[in-house]
Formats: sequence, structure tokens, C-alpha cells
Amino acid sequence: MVPVSAYLILAVVLFGIGAIGVLTSRNMIVLFMCIELMLNAANLAMVAFSRALNVVDGHVIVFLVLTVAAAEAAVGLAMIITIFRNRETINIDRYSILKW
Amino acid sequence: MDFQLPEYNLQLMLPEIVLFVWALVVLSFDLATKRKSGSAVGYLAMAGVLITGIVLAFTGHGQGFGQMFVADSMAVFFKMIFLCAAFMAIGSSFGITKDKIVNHRGEFLGLMLFSTVGMMFLASSNELLSLYVGLELTTIPLFALAAFFKDDKLSVEAGIKYLVVGAFSSALLLYGISFLYGLSGSTDLLLMRLNLAASALMDYPKVAMVFVLATITILAGLGFKLALPPFHQWAPDVYQGAPTPVTAFLSVASKAAGLVAFAKIMVIGLFAYYDPFVAPIDWGMLVGIMAGSAMIVGNVLAVRQTNMKRMLAYSSIAHAGYIMVGMLAMNELGLASVGFYMFAYMFANMGIFAVVALIEERTGSAEIPDYGGFSKSSPFLAVSMTIMLLSLTGIPPLAGFFGKFYVFAAAIRQAGSDPVHQWMYWLVGVGLLTSVVALYYYANVIRTMYFGAQTDVPRIEFTAPALTVILIGVIGTVVFGLMPNVVVEFASQIPISDMIILP
Repeated sequence: MVPVSAYLILAVVLFGIGAIGVLTSRNMIVLFMCIELMLNAANLAMVAFSRALNVVDGHVIVFLVLTVAAAEAAVGLAMIITIFRNRETINIDRYSILKW
Repeated sequence: MDFQLPEYNLQLMLPEIVLFVWALVVLSFDLATKRKSGSAVGYLAMAGVLITGIVLAFTGHGQGFGQMFVADSMAVFFKMIFLCAAFMAIGSSFGITKDKIVNHRGEFLGLMLFSTVGMMFLASSNELLSLYVGLELTTIPLFALAAFFKDDKLSVEAGIKYLVVGAFSSALLLYGISFLYGLSGSTDLLLMRLNLAASALMDYPKVAMVFVLATITILAGLGFKLALPPFHQWAPDVYQGAPTPVTAFLSVASKAAGLVAFAKIMVIGLFAYYDPFVAPIDWGMLVGIMAGSAMIVGNVLAVRQTNMKRMLAYSSIAHAGYIMVGMLAMNELGLASVGFYMFAYMFANMGIFAVVALIEERTGSAEIPDYGGFSKSSPFLAVSMTIMLLSLTGIPPLAGFFGKFYVFAAAIRQAGSDPVHQWMYWLVGVGLLTSVVALYYYANVIRTMYFGAQTDVPRIEFTAPALTVILIGVIGTVVFGLMPNVVVEFASQIPISDMIILP
């Protein structure tokens, strides 16, 4: 039996990779994938806790989070296409018209 | 086993259902008229918001879906604010020219209504999951709305920045929520509070560490949503680039939604850990630092802005700071003052953005120096804008003054009653000092309008909906400044609602 803490440590590691990826990545698509990774880290923690506590709430939450993540990805990819048509780059350093 | 279906009480959800169906009607109406409906679809959307408001007024209080959905005073109060903001944002969107919106007016309004539905669900959620889903339903349409002018480079860039920040902050929030769920074994906010208080979990250093991690990620997620420093950098960019009615909606409704989420998770769920003797982390102090820096950063950086929308973005960061001062004072006055402040802020800010939108549509500029001579060509708009700017500054007897007054009064009372919270005197001091800075940059706009270098501002002719919005803004600002007790009475029921009663 794998202890809960192992899952939680994996979740922290996944979340850390995702968060660092969002902060350092310059490619819009990679950045978006990193955000999905963060959401999945949360999902993993939910399922682990749910199993450890013997309640099903966590499992249900994961389905809803997956749905929300899919909606977010749909809007996000559409917007990435829009800005690519507009600027012909997905490098976020180039999105710098707005600044003070 | 005795299995009971929870009581659904579907009638409590009636306002949300009405608005949701209406959003679908707005979308299909625009399609049915072959996207030629013009401003008719706008009037349809405004009517929908009005009808929802009426339905909301006649829907009673109570809870349904096994306590997952509550309609208490706090929920109803904030739903009214969301609906008012949506009404005013739709009203100021009539003037968007055809070459910008390219026959997509139906989608524009539909998305705005969907976002409002999300906010209303958020205000009624009593549980972490429905709160998260409500928050996402609020923000995902807003990403698309911010990037709505897809041929306008600024708008698309604003949208993509908002998307990255919004998705990132949601992920942070969700991660914190997953740990809170794990520690308390429940997603129900009240049960969560009881379970956390009953267990001696915090005595174990490792568990306390997980709790600290959860609190910090949640605060960071909410900090992004509310644009509190150090998570505020996105706000000016997004506010400047987004279409002006969307900026108005973002700065009021989305901010109020963030406040509701904060009140739900931190005030209701984690109330016990507000006390530094109990908590492994004193989140009250952390939020206090964020609020103080919001007031300083927002007000100081607003001074050097030349773009009106960007300046209002910094001023909205500052106002979020003032509101958080009221939120931190967790006495009877606290949440009531937050409600009143948000109410006053909504009228003034939505009205100002309506004027800014009108000018921008006519002259194509939102730069403050271009407002010179504006009072000569459109005296009515200039006077309205002056009144609302003075309300944001906090000049008596306008509504904004009483907002600040109640917020600071609540904080002073809390600081005086509990020696642990004496640092709140500092917050109030910072708030009072930065209000003076605020006077400078708001007055600068007024000075430019009346005495600035004459640029050739054409006469701004306005549509009936825009005029309505501006009139609502001005009348709300003045009337609730002269008679603040009307709203305060309503807002003072917020803490009495079943949420804040301590275990």
C-alpha cells in the first residue's frame, strides 16, 4: 500500500514543475500545458485525500475540474490562434505593446 | 440504510435560471435576425438583467441542494451589485462601432450574461467546489470578452494576459482548496470550519506546514483575482487593452466576485485562523500587508498615468486595498462596510467608464490630455464625470466618502477592541494618507477637463442607454451619499446571515 504522503509529494512536485514552467516558459502553448499540469496536481491531491478519508467527494470534484479545464483550454487555444493571426508569434515576450 | 434525498429548493435558484435562459435567448435572437439586430439585442439583454433583478427581489432566503446553495442576505446583496454592474456595462456597450465588433454583438452580450450567472452562483455557493466552478464560469467568458476586438492588437494582448493570469490563479486556488479539503475532510465551508476547529491537526508540525502551504496558495490565487500587490501587474495592462465596457465590468463585477470568494473561503471557512495564537500562519497580517501595499502602489502609480483606463486600473487596485481593510475588520461593521463600499464604488466607476467609453468611441482616445476643453463641448458629461470622480476620491457628501468612513470605522473598532490587531491603526493611517494622493490624480482629470489645454474635442452625442447608465451612476452617487443609511441598513444584515455566526 502506497502511503498518502507519497501521492501528496508527487502532487507538490507536479505543481512545482507547473508553476515554474508558467513563470519561466516563453512559449504560449508550453505555458498553457504547465497550467494544465498544475490543475492535475490539484486533482491528484484530491483523489489521494478522497481515498485516504474514504469519502467520494474528491472523485466527484476531479470530474468537474477536468470539465472546467477542458473549457479553459478551448477558450485558451482559440485565443492563442487569434493572437497568432494578429502577431504571427506565440512568444509571450513579444506581447509587450501594453506597458508603462 | 436510510437514504434521504436532499431538499433541492429549486425556486431559490430561479434568478440564475432566468438569467441563464435569457443569455441563450439573446444568443439565438442575434442568430435568428441574421446578426442584423443592431441595438435591439442590447435592449433585450438589458431587459433580461432587469427581469432577473425583479425575480431576485421576490425570491426568498433559504438553502437548497443539501446546503450547497444558500440564498442569504450576503448572497442577495452581492447579486444585486453584479446585476447592476452588468446592466450598466451593457448600457455603455451600445456605442461600440460596427467595424470593431463585426456583427458579434449577440455573443458579446451573451458572454457578459453568462459571466454574471457565474458570479451569482459564486455568491450563493456555500461549498468549495461550487465556489470554484462559479469562479471559473465568471472568468472564462471574461477572457474572451477582454480579447473581443480580435483585429485590435491591444485588445487581443489584454485578453491573452488575462487568460494566463486568470488560469494560473485558478490553478493556485484549486491547489489550496484540495489541501483544505484533505485537512478538513469536507468541502462544505461551515463543516470545514467545524472540523478544523475540532481536530488537533495543527499540533502536528507537518500538518501545520501543509495548512500554511494551502493558505498561501489560496491567498495568492485570490490576490491575483483581486489584483492585490504583489499580484497586481496584470490589471493595468488588461484594463487598458480590453474594450471599455468590459473594463468597467472587470473593475466592478469581477472585483466584487473576488471579494465574495475571499469572504467565503477566508472569513467563513478559515475564521479561526485569523487569530495569531491559534493559527500556524497569521493570514490576517498577510492580507493586511497586501491591503496596505495595494493602497500605496495603486495610488502612487496612478499619479503618473496619462491613459484614463490605465489610471482607473491603478485606482481600482487602491480601492481593493481599502475594501480589504474593511474585510479584515471582522466585526459586525466589517462585512457591512465592505458591502456599502462596493455599492458606492460600483455607481461611480461604472458611470465614469460609461463616459470614457463615449469619449473613446467619438475621438478614439482615452488619453487624459485629450480631454482638454471637454467641458465646453459636452458640459453635462463633464459635470457627471466630476461628481463621480469626487465620489471615488471620498469627498463628502458623496457615497464614496461614506464607503471610506465605514471601512475605516470598522478597522478602528477592531484595532481598539483587540490588542492583537493593533496594526490596523497603521492600515487606517496608510489609507488616510493615500486618499490625499488619490485626490491629486482624480482632480488632475477634472482640471484637464475644465482648464486643460484646448484640444479640439468634438461634441459627444450619446445614445439613450449610455445616458441612462450615466444618470444611474450620478444619481446613485449623490442619493446614497445623502442617505447612506438606506444601503447600510440592507448591508448590515450581511454579517447576521447564517454565515458569520461563530461555532
